[in-house]
Amino acid sequence: MEIDLPLIWAALIAFAILAYVSLDGFDLGIGALFLLAPEKSGHRDIMMNSVAPIWDGNETWLVLGGGGLLAVFPLAYSVVLPALYMPIIAMLLGLIFRGVAFEFRWRVSRKNRVWWDWSFAFGSLLAAFAQGVCLGTLIQGIEIVDRSYAGGRLDWLTPFSILTGISLIFGYALLGATWLVMKTEGELQHMVRKYAVITGLITLGLVGVVSIATPFLDAEYHYRWFEGANLVYSIVVPFLMAGCAAVLFYGLKQKKDIRPFFAAHGIFLLCYIGIGISFYPRMIPPDLTIWQAAAPDKSLGFLLVGAAFLIPIILCYTAYSYWVFRGKVGENEGYH
Amino acid sequence: MFDISALDLARIQFAFTVSFHIIFPAFSIGLASYLAVLEGLWLWKKEDRYMEVFNYWKTIFAVGFGMGVVSGVVMAYQFGTNWSVFSDKAGPVIGPLMGYEVLSAFFLEAGFLGIMLFGQKRVGPKLHFTATFMVAVGTLFSAFWILSVNSWMQTPAGHAMNAQGQFIPDDWIAVIFNPSFPYRLVHMVLAAYLTTAFVVGAVGAYHLLKNKANAHARLMFSMAMWMAALVTPLQILAGDQHGLNTLEHQPAKIAAIEGHYENVTGAPLILFGIPDNEKAEVLYPISVPKLGSLILTHSWDGELQGLESFPKEDWPNTFLIFWTFRIMVGIGFIMLAIGFWSLLRRYQGRLYEDRWLARAVTLAGPSGFIAVLCGWVTTEAGRQPWTIYGLLRTSESASPLVAAEVGTTLLAFIVVYFTLFGVGVYYMLRLMAKTPEKTPEKMETLKRAVGMVGASSNIDESRT
Ligand code: HDD
Ligand code: HEM
Ligand code: HEM
Repeated sequence: MEIDLPLIWAALIAFAILAYVSLDGFDLGIGALFLLAPEKSGHRDIMMNSVAPIWDGNETWLVLGGGGLLAVFPLAYSVVLPALYMPIIAMLLGLIFRGVAFEFRWRVSRKNRVWWDWSFAFGSLLAAFAQGVCLGTLIQGIEIVDRSYAGGRLDWLTPFSILTGISLIFGYALLGATWLVMKTEGELQHMVRKYAVITGLITLGLVGVVSIATPFLDAEYHYRWFEGANLVYSIVVPFLMAGCAAVLFYGLKQKKDIRPFFAAHGIFLLCYIGIGISFYPRMIPPDLTIWQAAAPDKSLGFLLVGAAFLIPIILCYTAYSYWVFRGKVGENEGYH
Repeated sequence: MFDISALDLARIQFAFTVSFHIIFPAFSIGLASYLAVLEGLWLWKKEDRYMEVFNYWKTIFAVGFGMGVVSGVVMAYQFGTNWSVFSDKAGPVIGPLMGYEVLSAFFLEAGFLGIMLFGQKRVGPKLHFTATFMVAVGTLFSAFWILSVNSWMQTPAGHAMNAQGQFIPDDWIAVIFNPSFPYRLVHMVLAAYLTTAFVVGAVGAYHLLKNKANAHARLMFSMAMWMAALVTPLQILAGDQHGLNTLEHQPAKIAAIEGHYENVTGAPLILFGIPDNEKAEVLYPISVPKLGSLILTHSWDGELQGLESFPKEDWPNTFLIFWTFRIMVGIGFIMLAIGFWSLLRRYQGRLYEDRWLARAVTLAGPSGFIAVLCGWVTTEAGRQPWTIYGLLRTSESASPLVAAEVGTTLLAFIVVYFTLFGVGVYYMLRLMAKTPEKTPEKMETLKRAVGMVGASSNIDESRT
């Protein structure tokens, strides 16, 4: 049997994007919730310190997603980025505003710190929203003629993409809130538990709206979800979703620390699989398939050797770093 | 409104974002290695001052590194946003190299950075040193891969073309170790080390001027001056070799750098002048006869090709690279002079006494950054009008964007970069204006004594 390199790479890129969404999702979500914590309480310090040692690693998955796409699906990369030009640039600027805040916030007097609090929150919200808009635009499909983007300059701006943008903000906020439930204690934990319930309800509602809207965007999605063998998925996925939701809310009610975090990730994973079912075997809807977009096997094979060797190592030391910073974050965590 | 094309705006935007970016890596690469050396010395000699200087620079490193990361993430997407046709065509060759950069360098840096910055109390000293070392190695791996990419665009090798007009890899070793790569790698890494050495030296000198008994300042100053004295000559040698390599592979670039429009034997070295592409001559030249040929061909009467040997539409912006090159080389010689000066004073046992030396080094603090930027402008603008030298034109590389869009985002980048990174640089300078603190333990007791525990960080701006 011949090895289907493009398919393997599609799976690896999908994994990188999933890793990005799950990991950077919760630290962007903390940014989204940041201003809700009272300024004088010291809670903001703890919220930020809970992710300060790991956010850079989380964001690197985004670089792998982008850089990897250029390496293995150059055609997809060169079509998607011009199509999503404005939301991508907005995301990058958002990531700058929040990224610098991690350091800058500690370089100023308490009085001026609020500037960087805003920068952190605004940047996180902008990045999350822009990522959601990108997702929505991709689901709607991108027009390609002659290996190049052929749609309009404002195709990314539709009610549907705005809906997905807002959904992602709430979804990330949910991840952030459950992360904080896990990493904090006392008054702050009490507060974020409340936020987890609220963002959880809103996220599930929005996921419902997006899921109902998607199959009606084009006949292909409709076919995938409501006809043939796929109908099975359409029934199973909502059930699993309900299961995750139950674990989430029950865990929050029972004051469990860890369970809600993983339940929230379960919800994300299911959404992600749902999108995967809608897309496969296309790389970019409506037309471009994984095999059309792929670079020659020689490029795919060369990088695969490295990926097969390095990704397990990366996962090991990333896990180690999370383990070093395990446990609740105290007031005086780190050197901040 | 303005008559400027989307292509030109995209070029300005790319040049702007990458120029800002390179400032931070140039400093991170050098500083990460310096930190590893300091911590290693501390482990070995167990003298507090090494750890104190380490902690001092660690904080500054964190601020600079943060800016390097966020400006770098922008670069990873600028290829697609600004140069989508180039990305489609060259992706199969350069993409995997950048993929290796992410896998082998960025993750390594990011994974161990947290432990390096925040983990001192959570892991043992040996493990902590390992983390610092990994961060330093990561920055060097990063330089390796990205410079391989850039060098391949300058001197492409090891590739073939496919039916869709894409560059495809044929021989990976030839791609990675393309003809200009070894030179560029050595030259850039040395540049990063020198840049950092002059920043560290300037901070040491500044504090020596205030108090010449400051032990921390002495340590920094002395270490930096060793680097200046030993590495600058190597850098000049590397630069010379780099130039010879460029002469072989990109003769038009060298002709423009030298300001040679006509083919000549026994070419003069034009020190200064105003190259004018329209008139095809250098106005008001000040030159040394025959020296140009001697440097480039190692013979007084060597023959050099002038720009006239190349079609005019393939000429780079001669005025720009003529001058940026001279600024870089000028700075190289200033660094050399400072290095020798410090050697002399060290030999006389007056290294910390010579206030003029300290003043000169303080002034030379930013010189490395200027040289790095000028070097890159020479390299990149000298490659024009090609993105892949001789094979793909810049005008054929661009994304299908409209000028209004690129103009808007360019403006946004300019405003955001100048404000945020401007503030960041200001914070770094403010940290450098302080002198290193005593050891963490002493800080802790101090804090406890004044009842500051719990109110996390007002006094410990130097972050113990
Ligand atoms: C010779 C050194 C050098 C050069 C020429 C460049 N970089 Fe860089 N880059 C680094 C050396 C470096 C570094 C020192 O390794 C950084 C600084 C901070 C960091 O995380 O790594 C970095 C960061 C960095 C990051 C962030 C990584 C992260 O999230 O941790 C990206 C995506 C890029 N770079 C991409 C680029 C691109 C697309 C460039 C060219 C146009 C480029 N860099 C030029
Ligand atoms: C005085 C001696 C020097 C000489 C003769 C020299 C020579 C060169 C040449 C010929 C290039 C262009 C390479 C090309 O054609 O693409 C170059 C590029 C460059 N130079 Fe220098 N250089 C000198 C000093 C320095 C110093 C002191 C620094 C920084 C501290 C520096 C930093 C750079 C950088 C960053 C580049 C671009 C990257 C590269 O192509 O390596 N140079 N140099
Ligand atoms: C190391 C990886 C780098 C890569 C892969 C790279 C690639 C490119 C590409 C694709 C362009 C656009 C096409 C063009 O107009 O030439 C460009 C332009 C340019 N780059 Fe780089 N570049 C790199 C590093 C740098 C750095 C570090 C600088 C720092 C100053 C720099 C300065 C420039 C300038 C000034 C231009 C515009 C040239 C002009 O319009 O005349 N480059 N480069």
